[in-house]
Amino acid sequence: MCTIVTSCERGLSEDVEFATFPKNPEIFIDGFSGGLQYLPFGGSKLDAFKVDTETRYSGTAAMRFDVPNVGDPGGAFAGAIFPDGGRDLTDYDALTFWARASQAATINEIGFGNDFGENKFLVTLNNLRISTSWTKYIIPIPDPSKLVFEKGMFWYAEGPESGNGYTFWIDELKYERLGTIAQPRPAMFNGENRVESTFVGATIALTGLTQTFNLASGLNQTVGASPAYFSFTSTNTELAIVNERGIVSIVGAGTAEIIATLNGVRARGSLTIESLGAFVAAPTPPARNPANVISVFSNAYTNIPVDFYNGFFAPFQTTLGGADLTINGDNIIQYTNLNFVATEFKNPTANVSQMTHLHVDILVREAIDPTDFITVQLGDFGSNAAFGGGDDTSGSVKFTNADLTSNQWVSLDIPLSSFTGLTGRNNMAQIFFISADGTSNNVPTISTILVDNMYFYKN
Amino acid sequence: MFFFIMIFILQSCTDDTQTVVNFDNLVLDEDFNANGAPNASLWSYNIGTGQNGWGNNELQYYTDRPQNVTAQNGYLIITAHKESFNGSQYTSARLVTKGKFEQAYGRFETRMRLPWGQGIWPAFWMLGADIDDNPWPGAGEIDIMEFRGQNPSVVLGTVHGPGYSAGQSISKSYTLPNDRFDTDFHVFGIEWGPEYINFYVDDVLYNQITPADVPGEWVFNKPFYILINLAVGGNFVGSPNSETVFPQTMLIDYVRVYN
Repeated sequence: MCTIVTSCERGLSEDVEFATFPKNPEIFIDGFSGGLQYLPFGGSKLDAFKVDTETRYSGTAAMRFDVPNVGDPGGAFAGAIFPDGGRDLTDYDALTFWARASQAATINEIGFGNDFGENKFLVTLNNLRISTSWTKYIIPIPDPSKLVFEKGMFWYAEGPESGNGYTFWIDELKYERLGTIAQPRPAMFNGENRVESTFVGATIALTGLTQTFNLASGLNQTVGASPAYFSFTSTNTELAIVNERGIVSIVGAGTAEIIATLNGVRARGSLTIESLGAFVAAPTPPARNPANVISVFSNAYTNIPVDFYNGFFAPFQTTLGGADLTINGDNIIQYTNLNFVATEFKNPTANVSQMTHLHVDILVREAIDPTDFITVQLGDFGSNAAFGGGDDTSGSVKFTNADLTSNQWVSLDIPLSSFTGLTGRNNMAQIFFISADGTSNNVPTISTILVDNMYFYKN
Repeated sequence: MFFFIMIFILQSCTDDTQTVVNFDNLVLDEDFNANGAPNASLWSYNIGTGQNGWGNNELQYYTDRPQNVTAQNGYLIITAHKESFNGSQYTSARLVTKGKFEQAYGRFETRMRLPWGQGIWPAFWMLGADIDDNPWPGAGEIDIMEFRGQNPSVVLGTVHGPGYSAGQSISKSYTLPNDRFDTDFHVFGIEWGPEYINFYVDDVLYNQITPADVPGEWVFNKPFYILINLAVGGNFVGSPNSETVFPQTMLIDYVRVYN
């Protein structure tokens, strides 16, 4: 086959010249290499960066980064990208630099490939620990053959340490071919084999994409790598397809597995998709005057800030999941292994004193037994607007098998007056779903539900 | 590379302190071209854990099972597995030519691709053939190549003898420039004459040990036999950790001896 294809192709003329881009490996030695820019992140301390001629590892200057204190009016963190017109980095296997800090610290994010554009080949080393002595650090390139025209030469983002600002220095920042970057072990979902049950129309992002190399020091260095470094494969393209951004689209029913490779090496971790076929969305809530609705979770209204859809209360809670499903653009909460789960909106709490009802749509994704139930509980944090303090009140309403229907959306419109014991309404902060209580000997009765359109309203 | 070799030759010709002897008569040419268990007329096995993990607190149990040692496609493959086996947590293999091939002096060379990771310890080495009557370190030991998996660019060449063994052994390391030993094959060898042992990696002679370098009796004047092994853990490397990847495989392309 190969021979036939080759023989059919026209050879390139000897005069042909491929377009090439600069291969200059230097970013900052004693000054910026030509063409390089410094672009701080929005919200960062814009003057965090200086060229320092006193503290330096070698030569005449180093880069100095002043991380602000908490509350610095100049910005909450230090962070910037270092783009230029684009370089060919395919000859190199790592970005290297020397660094030290005014105190032992952990730089939140540092890497390359961030160009304030597509960030196609973004690489992030998370939580780089640096010390007060000059040390050489190595950020390996997940697959150098991809970097034929890279604009994002370097980037970093770092906040205060325990509220305090500090200073770190970076010197001799450059790309190198070390020759000792070896034993690649890429991963998807950080190496986890995931199983997701979902529907046609859903999308699932492939996350936890990393590349790990063993360095000459023996250190196994892991970096976060963008999807474009990987090749994704679906075992059933009539069920699931993956694009180059690592987004899986569910197009049919059945089971498929998504695997990934990076530069020919199979990534640890996988995604097994069990698609249940067509998805029937919850009824779309009616248009309402914004003054008459306080929405916690709905694509029909503007939602208030929510802290989480699944505050995991170890060790008693078993419930997994949260606002993970996106189906045809609609966000849906899915809980599995349900025993109890809370959505909290406490920053700030919600004043629902003018509202009359709680609305929620629930789909029970399993057969419903006669003793099954779901209790909806509301929690108000009282006048201190914080959990505890003796002023919290709560109330609950229980829905039994008579109220619920297997695999069909049930719309509950619950008068707030039904939540016996819920005397506070000014600092609403919690919505619970509970499927285990004393009547079931704390054994969960219903384990998998979908939830949509949680909001308070008045008619 | 050619330029480099040229310089090397020039240096060796002008260095009048170095004894130059050519061992070019091939007397052992083991290329592992027969698939399956290695040639039983040349290789025996050390089985088990020895005393105190072969004297080094090594963690592996040595076997002769094909999953630990086999020849395939022209390579001897020694594989260290993480598995519970006869009370040990790892298995691997150790091959010896004791009683089958023993020789004093000559050029002893292998071409290998090494394994990697914390606690991985492959070696190509020799022991004095009289070791049963003349216990270690009296019999002498020549470590042609030792390697710490957590130090992937560095190998060591060492001699042990009476008065200079273990921590007092005479040793030198060699660092492969801009490269490492677990990604491709490299040649490890010695040129051993009555008054010297030269250690080399690929085309680079990196050490010479002579009687003047050892603080005890020079015992490298009698036949030695060859050992190839892949140890896991032990005093020299420390134990594997959670990041050590198993199985680990050592590939041996050939073992050649000249006199």
